[in-house]
Formats: sequence, structure tokens, C-alpha cells
Amino acid sequence: MLPWLNQSLTWGNALVLFLWAVVFLFIVLGFVTYAIYFERKVIGWMQLRVGPNRVGPFGLLQTVADIFKLLIKEDTIPRKADRVLFIIAPALAYVPAFSVLAVLPYTQNLYFADLNVGLLYYVALSGISTVAIVLGGWASNNKYALLGGMRSAAQMISYEVPLVISVVGVILLSGSLNLRDIVAAQSGGWFWDWNFLPQFIGFAIFIIAAVSELNRTPFDLPEAESELVAGYHVEYSGFRFAFFMLSEYVYVYAIAALTTVLFLGGWHAPAPFLEFVPGIVWFLLKFAFIVFFLFWIRATLPRIRVDQLMGLGWKVLLPVSLLNVFLTAAYLELFIKN
Amino acid sequence: MIRTEELLLNVGPQHPSTHGVFRIIVKLDGEVITEATPVMGYLHRGTEKIAENLNFTQIIPYTDRMDYVSAMTNNYVLVHAVETMMGLEVPQRAEYLRLIVMEMQRVASHLVWWGTYLLDIGAMSPFLYAFRDREIIIDLFNELCGARLTYNYMRVGGVKWDAPQGWLDKVREFIPYMENKLEEYDRLVSGNEIFLARIRGIGQYDAATAIDYGLSGANLRCTGVDFDIRKAEPYSLYSQFEFDVPLGKNGDCYDRYRIRLEEIRQSLRILKQALASFPDGGETMGKVPRAIRPPAGEVYVRIESPRGEIGCHIVSKGKAEPYRLKFRRPSFVNLQILPKLLVGETMTNLITILGGIDIVVGEVDC
Amino acid sequence: MSEEQKNSEEKPLTEPPVDAEREAKLKAAAEARAARAAAKEKAEAGAGEAPPEAPKPPSPRQPELDAIVGLLKQEIEEAAVEDAYVNELNSDMPVIIVSNSHWREAARLLKEHEQLRFNYLRNVSGVDYETHMEVVYHMVSLGSKREAAIKIKADRDAASVYSATPVWATANWNEREIYDLLGIDFPGHPDMRRIMMPDDWVGHPLRKDYEPLDSEV
Repeated sequence: MLPWLNQSLTWGNALVLFLWAVVFLFIVLGFVTYAIYFERKVIGWMQLRVGPNRVGPFGLLQTVADIFKLLIKEDTIPRKADRVLFIIAPALAYVPAFSVLAVLPYTQNLYFADLNVGLLYYVALSGISTVAIVLGGWASNNKYALLGGMRSAAQMISYEVPLVISVVGVILLSGSLNLRDIVAAQSGGWFWDWNFLPQFIGFAIFIIAAVSELNRTPFDLPEAESELVAGYHVEYSGFRFAFFMLSEYVYVYAIAALTTVLFLGGWHAPAPFLEFVPGIVWFLLKFAFIVFFLFWIRATLPRIRVDQLMGLGWKVLLPVSLLNVFLTAAYLELFIKN
Repeated sequence: MIRTEELLLNVGPQHPSTHGVFRIIVKLDGEVITEATPVMGYLHRGTEKIAENLNFTQIIPYTDRMDYVSAMTNNYVLVHAVETMMGLEVPQRAEYLRLIVMEMQRVASHLVWWGTYLLDIGAMSPFLYAFRDREIIIDLFNELCGARLTYNYMRVGGVKWDAPQGWLDKVREFIPYMENKLEEYDRLVSGNEIFLARIRGIGQYDAATAIDYGLSGANLRCTGVDFDIRKAEPYSLYSQFEFDVPLGKNGDCYDRYRIRLEEIRQSLRILKQALASFPDGGETMGKVPRAIRPPAGEVYVRIESPRGEIGCHIVSKGKAEPYRLKFRRPSFVNLQILPKLLVGETMTNLITILGGIDIVVGEVDC
Repeated sequence: MSEEQKNSEEKPLTEPPVDAEREAKLKAAAEARAARAAAKEKAEAGAGEAPPEAPKPPSPRQPELDAIVGLLKQEIEEAAVEDAYVNELNSDMPVIIVSNSHWREAARLLKEHEQLRFNYLRNVSGVDYETHMEVVYHMVSLGSKREAAIKIKADRDAASVYSATPVWATANWNEREIYDLLGIDFPGHPDMRRIMMPDDWVGHPLRKDYEPLDSEV
């Protein structure tokens, strides 16, 4: 990707970059399709069920059938809903999800953009989805949706802060916001060089805040099915609903990739003697493990209440992440700089 | 100054967590409830009016459908009322069969409650585990009386079907299996931090309030009042068996949760004893006149259903049909405390509290 | 549309086919009914000649009943208790018929008097005897495990019994249900509205003279 990015922007180059983006879009859509399938399978197995197994061999075409069903549904817009906002909200939720994928590096040479402020770009853009959710909740002209939207806004803002602060430790250790440099700083050869051990506090907080950012159980209040009857997307059906779901799963992809890059050593092997296995395989293994972990806690844990969630975010995660920053800075000052 | 308005929200009648067709009109100030008004009657089927035209054996299927999660106890309250009025003797074997199915029904009903309560709180998996175990009980009932949910099993003077070959052994096998599973569920859920934070201290009331509102079952015992009809006013063969009545201390949702799980354990204990002393032979129906005509008068009997005290008040004029048949339904009476408990709570806690009362709307509306 | 009209206007030209089996069954049932009626008449005529029964021994719960009646008569008024007996069918439960005009004080007495303390109201039923209406309160004292059934009679038209909700909160919805289905009014109730039927329903379904909207049902 680097040679194309460094050339000047001619029509030919722009076309090539655009085509690569389309290819990547299809890869991401493929991921979403099979992530949904595997989520249903894994949760089914944990609940002594089988999960989808009818549509296609082993049920592999289940998500395709579901998406097709969503696409052919009637596009209902409630009469008193705010039309423009109602229509914009799903798209506005999806666009940042896809744009943040630009900065994620997969191996040494496989990446899209090499921004020096990659991490900052990621964090900044992912906040825009909050606006989209509030818009969706408001524009639906439905009290349940409004409650869901408000809850979601409160939740996402509360957890954005510890999320960012927890990676400050990583930034201090790596000395850069560039995601490729962060991975390079974890290249000791052994798994204990990866950031999750030196930065275990930051890692724990990042995982919790990330699950909350994704609106997944145990933090899935905005879509709390049993209380708010689907929360902010209760009035959405068909294609627009599919967009909200799509953006959620693309964020799952993004967070899993980001966790791998920041804390699990990206494409590095856990031991030097395993380095013959290509980096992309390690990246995918770690990525798959994080995604599985997210499904696992969804099947296991109950939902946390909204005021307890706020309490957890502001009173526990934020102070602990600040503590992490101080400890990292002190460690660097005392042991590394000398 | 920003002026905020009160929001009027309708929870139900179609809602995943209201356990049936039940509606609560909630006035919200932000996320805090200022007033809650339950509206019921969506499932009112006029059972009491219909019963005035049917003879008692014909009313038994209607009782199944009142509290459909716990149909055996409903059957029993009606036939027990008629037997009390007529002074009929029920043979030993029939009484044992009745007790065994009622205790199995208690386990099944509490499993349904447990699974759906956790589903409301957000944990999806225990629902499936609970239903898998309940499936075993339901299959046993299917073998016994041909139905999975509405059994129509008891008759005035006995039971309709005898236990088929090998049925009692299957029940014997089920008991240690369920005890094992109960341990597993305890480990899985009851220690979970998130879960405890969700239900500790929620929906608290004291013993005086509970007695004043006529609560029964786990709702009353969670405040520490030791009143279980199986022990206080024994019926059937309960006085012959040893079991404990779990009591709570604080009167909150957590205590109700713990009591119901413990009640499953105690039911299994009763089942073990009943199966050990099960009579070998015997009739399943007593000496019942062909036309069941209770003498003129009235009677009120009550038993302990999984939800609380279910009572049957019959006024008879000596005919085959009751002159007036009234069921005292525990869910109906227990639900009265809901508006009081909800003031000042958040929407999330509404679901937690409502689930903790354990209602079945078929019983609320009758 | 026109064809249906034509069909409905056509009278059946022949009688519906006679089902011999059905006719025979109906005839047999009618004969059996007649035989039963005749036997019953004979039995009733015979019963009148049976010797008078020996007087029954007093019930073990009679003293309980007397204690309650005594307290009611003493604390309120002689006329407060219209009748009192033990209900043999119901394991000798004490039944007291309290007069409607004294029910308000009697309820409070039953709950609060230290010898009675009926703090747990189990059940409130309404019964429509065609000559009058009755409300039955079943209560138990959790401390002494004693129980009682209190009945209050009311007129059929404009039936009204003072509400027990200020005394026992359990009575709240129970009385609403009785109001809804039987039409007995409970003055003093904080929220007297229909509970089971829709709010705009006319009539009280559980009454014996209730005409349902759809009379064929």
C-alpha cells in the first residue's frame, strides 16, 4: 500500500485506491457475515443448543438469508418521525465504523494508511457513532427509542474516557501514536514483550471499556431487549436496521484488531521458534480469540444496570486508568530513561 | 432553567418481560418512576362465571389454565375443596401420587421462574439450562397424564391415571440429577458480581407491609415471616414428611431469589421421602358418588402453590354445579404491592422487581 | 352476493333428514330424566318420615367463635353480630355475619384488638344470592394461627359495603374485582374502578341476572 500512497494523486491512482477500498469493504462484509454466524453457533453451544444448521451446509448461509430478508423488507418510517434524521442515522453510524479501519495494520507490509496519529484518528472517529445513535433514538418519535438513545449517549461518553486513557500507557511505552510503531515496539520475540503484561491494568480497563463501547453484553443497555424492547433501533426495520447491526459488527472487527495491535503484539509470534508461521496467521489467531472472548462473555454474563454502569465508568475505571498512566510514567522515568 | 417533563410510558401489554399480557402505565421523570399503575384484565376469561354452569369434573381443565405454569396445584385446590365439602376419603396411593406431582410441579415452576428472571436481567444462558431440566419433568408428566402443560390430572376423590410402569423409577433418577444441576446453577449465577449488584437491596419491604398486603409464598417469607401453608395448615400428606421452610431476612429481591432456589432443594427432599414410602398397591380413586353433589354450604380451602397461597371458595346449593366458585389467586394478590415498590425506582429495576414477584398473568386475570 | 341472497330466501323444501340414532338417544335421556325425577320425589317424601336425628356434640372451635362474637358485641354493639356459627364443612371454621352498618368499626376491631389480631386477610369474595349480595372476608391471625370468615350482607340494588382497604391493604384489588364483576360498591375505597373488564363496560358480569352482549355464547 505504501508505494501507492506515496505517489501523487492522479486519476489512475485514485481509481486503484478506490478499488482496494471496495475489496476491503467486501472482506469486512464477509467477516461480519461469518462473525454473526459464529456468534450464534458459539452461544448456541454454550447454551446446549446447536445454533443455525439448516440454511446451506452446516447453516453457513444463515446470515446471507437473514440479510436478504432484511433487504427485501418494507421500509417503514413512522409518520411523525423526523424523516431526514431518521434516514441519516444508520448511515452516520456506519461511516465512522468503516473509516477507522483504514489505520489498522495487519502485517509489516499489509496496511492501508500509515498515519502518525493513527490511534488518535481511531478514537476520534469512533465517537461519531454516538451521535448517530442519539439521532436514531430521537428521530424515531418513540419513547423507548429515546430512552435507549439517551442511555447509549451517556454510556458511550462515560466509557470513551477510560478507553483513551488506558491506552496512554501504551503510547508512553511505545513513544508513538502510529499503530505500526506500537506493534514494532512489542517485537521482543516472546509473548511477554507484548503490551498486555507490562500494561495489564491498561489492558483490563481497555477490554472493559471496549465491550462497553461496542454496546455488547454486559453493557448492552441501549438495546436491552427485555427492558426497552430493542432500545434505539426499535422503529427501524429492513435495510436501516441492517445498517445498525452492520456498524456494530464492524466495530467488533475494529476493536478486536485494535486490541491485537495495541496489546497482543500484532503480527508477532509468541516465541522465536514459531516465527516461521507468517505474521498474518498470528494476527488472525489473536483477532479470532478476541472475537470469541466477546461472544463468550455475551453468553455468560447478565446485564449491568445503567446507574451502576455510570458508577463503574467514572468511579472505578477512570481513576484506575489515571493510576496506570502515572505508574507507567514513573516506571519510564526511573528505569528506562536512565 | 431547563424545563423537563414527565414521560408517560406504557410497559406492555406486549413486552418481552411482563410475563404475559400485562400492562403497567409508568410516569417517568428521566429514568426514575414517579408513579406506576398496573392495568390487567387482558387475559380475563371469565373462569368463575363459566364454572357456574359446569359440574366439578368439568371445571378441572379450566383450573389448569389459570396458572398454567403450575397446573397441578390448581387442580388440587379445586378437588380438595370439593372433597372437604363432601367429606370424601382419598386413597393412600392417590394421595401419594398427588403429592409427588405437586412437588415436581413446584420444581418445574421455580425453574421457569429462574430461567425467565435471569433472561430479564440479561443473562441468556440459564434460561436454556432451566428449560432443559424442566423438559425432563414435563416429559414425566406427559407419560403420566398425556399432557405437557395443562394436565387435567386430578379428580374429585383421587387421580385419573395411575403411574405407568417404571415411572416412579424415573422420578427417583431425576432427583439426584436435579440436585447436581442446582449446585451447578448456584455456582454459575448466584455468586456473579453483576447479578448480585442488580438484585441486592432492590424491592425491599418489611414484614408488616407484607402481611398487610396479603403477600404469600416467597414474597412473604423473604421478610422472615414463617408461614408456609404446607407446614402451618397441613393438607395432603405434608405432615408426614420432613422439610424446611427457607426464610429470608431483608425482604429484597435477592432473598426471594435464594428462597425459591432453596425451595427446589426442599421439594426434592420431600420427593425423596415420598418415593421411599410410596405404597405398593392401592386404588387411584376413592368411593365417589356418580354425581358429585356437595351438600349446601360453603368452604374455603387453601394450599401452597409455587407462587403463594392459592385458595378456592365454593358456595354450593346442593347441585352438581357450584353456585359460586371463587379462586384466590396468589399472583393477583401479590401484584398489589407493585405500585408501592416501584415509586422512586428506575426502569431497569421495574423489570427486576416485577420478575421477583413471580406472577403468571393467567392467574392474575383468571 | 345475489346468489347468496337467493339461497337464503329459498325455504328448505324438505325437512332435515331424521337421524334415527339421535332420536332414540334423546328419547332414552328423557325417560331417564323422568325416572330420576320420580325417584327423587319418592325419596323426599320418604325422608320427611325419618326419625329426628340426635343433637350433634358442640364443635371444638365453638369457644373460639364465642370469643370473637363476645368481643364484637361488647366493643361495638349487640346488633353488630347478626349471626354466628361454625362451618362444619370447612373444618369448623368460625363464621360471623356482621351487620353492614357496623362493618367499618368491626373491621378495625378484628385487626387491632389484642385478643383477635386478624392481621392477614386471605380472601375477599363476593357472592350474589339472588335475594341479596354478600361479601365474605376470610382472615387469619398469623400469631395465633386462628382463622375466621366474616360475612356482610348487602341489598341487591345499590349494594354497598364499607371498604376494608384502610384496614387491610390486601382488600384493595379484591374489592375492585368484586365491584367490577358483581357491582357492589365499596365507599371508602381509594381507587374504585374496574379492574378486569374494560373501563367503559356496562353491567357486572358475575351477577346472576347479567345479560351477556352475545346471548348465544
